[in-house]
Amino acid sequence: MFDRRLIENFDWGLMLITFLIGMLGLSVLYSAVNAGEPGGPMHLLFQKQMIWIAGSFTIVLLSLAIPYKLFDRGSLVAYIICVGLLVAVLLFGKYVAGSRRWLALGPLTMQPSELMKLSLIFVLASVYSGIISESGLAFKYLIKPALLLFFPFLLVLLQPDLGTALLLLFIATSMTLFVKVKKNVFFSCFIVAISAVPLAWVFVLKEYQKGRVLTFLDPDRDPLGAGYHIIQSKIAIGSGMLSGKGFLKGTQNALAFLPEHHTDFILSVLAEEWGLIGCCVLLFLYFMLLLWGLNIAYCCRDMFGSILAFGITIMIFWQIFINIGMVMGLVPVVGVPLPLISYGGSSVVTNMIGIGVLLNISMRRFVVV
Amino acid sequence: MKNPDREWLKKRLMNVAIIILAAFSLLLLRFVYLQIVEGDEYRRLSENNCIRLQSVPAPRGMIYDRNGTLLVDNIPSFDLKIVLQDAEPVDETIAKLAEFTGITLEELMERVDAGKKVSIYKPIVLKKNITRDQLAVVEAHSFDLPGVRVEIEPMRNYIYKKSAAHLIGYLGEINSQEIENNFYPDVRSGDLIGRYGSERAFEHILHGKRGGKQIEVDASGRLVRVINTVEPIPGKNVFLAIDATLQQKTESIMEGQTGAVVAIDPSNGDVLAMVSSPSFDLNDFIGGISSEKWKALMSDPGKPMSNKAIQGEYPPASTYKIVTAIAALEEEAVDIHTTYFCPGYHKYGNRTYHCWKKWGHGRVNIISALEKSCDVYFYRSGEAIGVDNLAKYANGCGLGKLTHIELANERSGLIPTAAWKKRRFGNSWQGGETLSIAIGQGFNLATPLQMAMFIAAIGNNGTIYRPKILKFTQDYNGSLESRLDIKSEILGAIPASKQTLKIVKEGLLNVVESEGGTAKKIRIEGVDIAGKTGTAQVFSLKKSDRDSNRKFARHLRDHAWFVCYAPAQNPVIAVSVIIEHGEHGSTAAAPVASEVLRTWLQIKGILPSVKGGTI
Repeated sequence: MFDRRLIENFDWGLMLITFLIGMLGLSVLYSAVNAGEPGGPMHLLFQKQMIWIAGSFTIVLLSLAIPYKLFDRGSLVAYIICVGLLVAVLLFGKYVAGSRRWLALGPLTMQPSELMKLSLIFVLASVYSGIISESGLAFKYLIKPALLLFFPFLLVLLQPDLGTALLLLFIATSMTLFVKVKKNVFFSCFIVAISAVPLAWVFVLKEYQKGRVLTFLDPDRDPLGAGYHIIQSKIAIGSGMLSGKGFLKGTQNALAFLPEHHTDFILSVLAEEWGLIGCCVLLFLYFMLLLWGLNIAYCCRDMFGSILAFGITIMIFWQIFINIGMVMGLVPVVGVPLPLISYGGSSVVTNMIGIGVLLNISMRRFVVV
Repeated sequence: MKNPDREWLKKRLMNVAIIILAAFSLLLLRFVYLQIVEGDEYRRLSENNCIRLQSVPAPRGMIYDRNGTLLVDNIPSFDLKIVLQDAEPVDETIAKLAEFTGITLEELMERVDAGKKVSIYKPIVLKKNITRDQLAVVEAHSFDLPGVRVEIEPMRNYIYKKSAAHLIGYLGEINSQEIENNFYPDVRSGDLIGRYGSERAFEHILHGKRGGKQIEVDASGRLVRVINTVEPIPGKNVFLAIDATLQQKTESIMEGQTGAVVAIDPSNGDVLAMVSSPSFDLNDFIGGISSEKWKALMSDPGKPMSNKAIQGEYPPASTYKIVTAIAALEEEAVDIHTTYFCPGYHKYGNRTYHCWKKWGHGRVNIISALEKSCDVYFYRSGEAIGVDNLAKYANGCGLGKLTHIELANERSGLIPTAAWKKRRFGNSWQGGETLSIAIGQGFNLATPLQMAMFIAAIGNNGTIYRPKILKFTQDYNGSLESRLDIKSEILGAIPASKQTLKIVKEGLLNVVESEGGTAKKIRIEGVDIAGKTGTAQVFSLKKSDRDSNRKFARHLRDHAWFVCYAPAQNPVIAVSVIIEHGEHGSTAAAPVASEVLRTWLQIKGILPSVKGGTI
């Protein structure tokens, strides 16, 4: 039966932060899709995004009725289904701009790699909650998580979608370090990873692949492509100065200057129109969201819930850090969307489900298990 | 092992919070740096969208013949362009431009309206290849014409105008659908891509990779500085297998005729010459062909825009008897000793099939039947083999299917079978139809290229090559090390034994070199020619119409075929000729082929180059 206490313990704070970020995101998206040409071909994207947010929010509310403990048992099944979908993408996926990321399901298209992030977090939380110890994990315990990461990582890399593949790697690594590994295991893995890079560089990579990696690390090597996007993005952000040019007054995001200005580069729209003040507000809201997530991990009474809450929080963190770092020219250009702000159904659904799980864990924090 | 307690968890989560705080501080510092420290500079750069990309086109590879004779190169074109963002007030600027240059306002506005949809920050091409006078006036008034500029872009120059037009081909502007479908890498709206001939077939070789510049411009769009440059990579040069001298000589022979000539190197499938007559001037297509010229080309009854060498499908007529002869020998329906008596006709059922020679050839064997092109011998052979068996050999000889030449829109011709007729017309095959097929009439269709590849394969003792128009490629700068030869491809072999080929070749040699041969008039002193004439009926007319109408109505006259190779023992060239409505293969087509042979043999030094001979 639905416990009355669950409703009393509903996490209104998390709801409020999410709501504020969502509203901020919609206003920026409105500006991004209406820039230059009000009512142009892009303005429908705003309505679609609202539908995505409202729709996924409804599903999240309904899902709160399910105790998150059930996810522990179901995690492996969900993981296998997601890996299956990733295989299906490679076989039947829609080819868009040089990569296969989309799977058509009737009228909807979805990106299974987005759902993969969540199911990887679930399955790792399930595995680690059974073996966690204060002294840290020995090497033999890391084989299973490594394999769980390896398959989706490889499948996503084959699409190719470097951004999502790296996210999977970062999430899994963060969770592993969070549950703690033995010092000697940590250092030996670290040394192997460090020494593998130069070896691969010399013996494995071909000349053109090296060129791509170098361009990836240094966009200025590609002044007509990524390098140009970064310059335009930096101009847009910098030109916002302290207080911004004002709502719908941005010029840089207009038309062709930023090809992804409603998805991956949406932050440059916000920075141009709202200036440093707007950026600080966004950073503050995100920071609150992440602290809230960590607090939920702390308050949770069982290990699975704690690790799960941590995994989702760290997933949101990595997306924020990589996206913002990317548009400001701090990290290489990989296609990672800004959570709850960038346009895109799969990204919205993934992050909303993630927050739904946080709410789920939070409202059951006093339930004795 | 100790299970973690809440204190342990708290400590680890606190560490995570500190890491997140550090990461966010880094992001905040970066915001401060970009927006406060460098904010003024970025604000200035954003005012007019000052940092732009300027495309630097890659020169297209040039086209040469096999000996390095330049056929197509690039010359500079002065293109008038406008960037709408900088041209405010646009209407006024355009009006002034129309006044200065004499280009009509409508023409300019049409281009502006089309370009508006792409981007107001990107240059729109208003007119390609403006005149020197227009260039001078635009430069002189450059301060009255904000956003307007003239850029030098490479433009195609077809040196020999109409020569090898079908083979070389032309360019056309890419359309939006092709851009969307990503069919060509690295193209954008306004780009030219190959639309016909080699320009189309070798687009991926000829098309280079565009370069570009990151530039900073001032408020009226004038260049302040170049920030970064990516040099374009020019396309590669292609060297066609044709010989320009042979090609042009062949074109001059075909002047005024409608038809096609294909010359092949039998030892590797190289296309030495490919002429489709009448032709068109490639230079008319530069910068888009005018609608009057296009209409004139399309309404010409000689169909100049069609490459008859690969798209013209004609009944192969008596040239097809070579196939029937191979099939008859291989199926052992006849052998070298088999003779038939030709009384000038052959009765099949209740119908009479005529030989072209009314009073008959008398007793003929397979060699003299080929030599004299005796219809009756091949009626009887065909009757013995059957239509489907015959089709099997025809397909084996490369007929009724594509030769897979590099050019687009090749036609496959037609080799009928009983099943095909059932499918196509719904009724079954009649025995008498086999007789027509056996002498190359009826439903049979072949292209001049197919017949050229076929006769070349006979000449080289059975190897069917893929016809090849690309000999080799080279880098744009022409460095010798960059030469990349295109390998010859073997598609198959003529389905005939050595013995069969020897007999057939003897018959073909006799066509020219024996006193009874149908093409004995085209002999060239000093070299043996082997060939086969053909006369393809345009309509199967009533007997009463046969002779009377044809003399008057040109379009009812027969098509003339000749296929041949020389020297007969070790051929260096194989030629196929079709002259539409030329009437007789021996009189209309064979002399053309003979001239082509002579020219090539002289070029190769097999014949002395002084003019002389038997014609």
